Amino acid sequence: MKAEKIRKCFIYAFLILGAVIMLFPFYWMISSSFKTAAEYNSFPPTWFPSDWLNLDNFTRAFEKRNFFVYFINSVIVTFLSVSLTGIVTILGAFGFSRLRFPGRSAIFGMLLAFMMVPFEMLVITNYQTVTRMQMVNSLRVLIIPFISSIFYTYILKNFFDTVSDSLYYSARIDGASNWKYLWRVMVPIAKPSLVTIMLLNAISSWNSFMWPTLVITSNKYRTVQLGLFTFMSEAGSDTKLQLAASTVSILPMIILFLFARRYIVNGVARGGLKG
Amino acid sequence: MADLAKKEKPARSKAEAQGNYIFNRKWEPVLYMLPFALGLLVFTIYPIVRVVIMAFQEKYRLSGRYDGFGLYNFQYVLGNDDFRNAISNTFIYVFTVVPIATILAILIANLLNQKIRGMAIFQTAYFLPMVTSSIAVGLSWRYIFNSQIGVMNWLLSLFGIEAVDWLGASGGVAPWNIVAVIIFGVWNMLPFTIILLLSGLQNIDPMYYTAAKVDGAGSRKIFFRITVPLLAPTIFLTMIINMISAFKVYNEIIPFWSGRPGAINNLYTMVYFIKEQFYSKDRLGFASAAAIILFLIIFTFTMLQRYVQRKFRY
Repeated sequence: MKAEKIRKCFIYAFLILGAVIMLFPFYWMISSSFKTAAEYNSFPPTWFPSDWLNLDNFTRAFEKRNFFVYFINSVIVTFLSVSLTGIVTILGAFGFSRLRFPGRSAIFGMLLAFMMVPFEMLVITNYQTVTRMQMVNSLRVLIIPFISSIFYTYILKNFFDTVSDSLYYSARIDGASNWKYLWRVMVPIAKPSLVTIMLLNAISSWNSFMWPTLVITSNKYRTVQLGLFTFMSEAGSDTKLQLAASTVSILPMIILFLFARRYIVNGVARGGLKG
Repeated sequence: MADLAKKEKPARSKAEAQGNYIFNRKWEPVLYMLPFALGLLVFTIYPIVRVVIMAFQEKYRLSGRYDGFGLYNFQYVLGNDDFRNAISNTFIYVFTVVPIATILAILIANLLNQKIRGMAIFQTAYFLPMVTSSIAVGLSWRYIFNSQIGVMNWLLSLFGIEAVDWLGASGGVAPWNIVAVIIFGVWNMLPFTIILLLSGLQNIDPMYYTAAKVDGAGSRKIFFRITVPLLAPTIFLTMIINMISAFKVYNEIIPFWSGRPGAINNLYTMVYFIKEQFYSKDRLGFASAAAIILFLIIFTFTMLQRYVQRKFRY
């Protein structure tokens, strides 16, 4: 019994040490946002800022840069992307799962093969396409190219496939159209899968970086990630302010994670993150 | 009601399934598939075709026309110093980050799989980096790696080790740049890896453990004789998924040098090279050729993954 206790102690010690290492960059980012210049530049490092209510870095970062606008842009893009992709995915997954049309399974197989193609390969042409469509420097250019996702459709189709056919027949007998059946029966049943898809999508929308750097050059349409990037590449800009802006930028995702951890973890365990 | 049910029932037969028993209007599926198909066509299928064409199209002539098709783009790219640099950095990154992250994740997942208190707190701590952007957190790492005031060098100083120039290039060489990126990369990859391995562990039949304990096996023996072998397929799959994503390393190098590839342009990655060629240099052919080389590497690993999945599943 004593050996067991010692073993448990070791396990906790190791797990706590690991957790500290994993969380440290977050702590460091957040705490440094409250530091004064002297504290920030001290060596050995200042572990705790003297004044946790020193909001100087935040206010200066937000004054100097349009972070408020970037934040709103990111919220809009994430919200619209999640809703539109959600709708398109529901329709597509239902089509592949329930409706019969020629070549259905062959088409679906081909789509799965397309999933292998990295976005980085498509980006070359997509950049030209949106330029030709005159979509650069707008919020819609951050949403539209990602609306049709094979990956999300695949997850949802797999779930739809597990729903028993008998439900479908009884709904049809009761006179429900396919449309009604989809929204009244299938979608409510698939809620856990849908929530997972939407969460994964929200995370990847919010954190999307490379695409916005290509298609947004105007200050007006910058997202948070892009704002951070231009902030850091600006010569002579104050690192403390960048950290304050970073802290604000990761808050929504941290809150999302704290509230929906189980959904996110399950989703990741089942299908992995996009990309 | 019963009458109708009878009418519907034969619809399940295979012959009927080929027709449109499920809807009475032939155009109905089109309406459902249209938005998805449209987006896919414009932003996935067309670009795939286009990138293949561009990769094999020879350079523009002065007249603005193509020379025709050939392998020039591939020749150029494979002979380009930046691309060679990119390939070697990308491979070093993949074959250090993935094994290190996997070994650490096996240990952590194994501990998280035991009956312990505070599971929610530990999960939150270990999984958080998965949802936060590499750009934002990378800034914090940049501060940690700072050669004068960084935490990393403070830690080293405790052991009497001299300050390391992690992100700089003192004396014109920058050997530590890639080490910093690797450390950041491992930290970034851990959450996803732990989650996959943990779900693999939870699928192991507890019977094996009970049997081993009855036989008096110690915990180390149980770990190496039962856990690791039974987890092997999951470990292998996780490694391949991670390799595929690690080959696309790009975001991880952005925050450390404000978007430049290393202190002295020494840290090109394949994706960085592709992006620079088509975006900054407007060389679509070279970018496409490089993208296809990247795809072929990813394709090989995906095939390997499919093969293993099929072999182990049943």
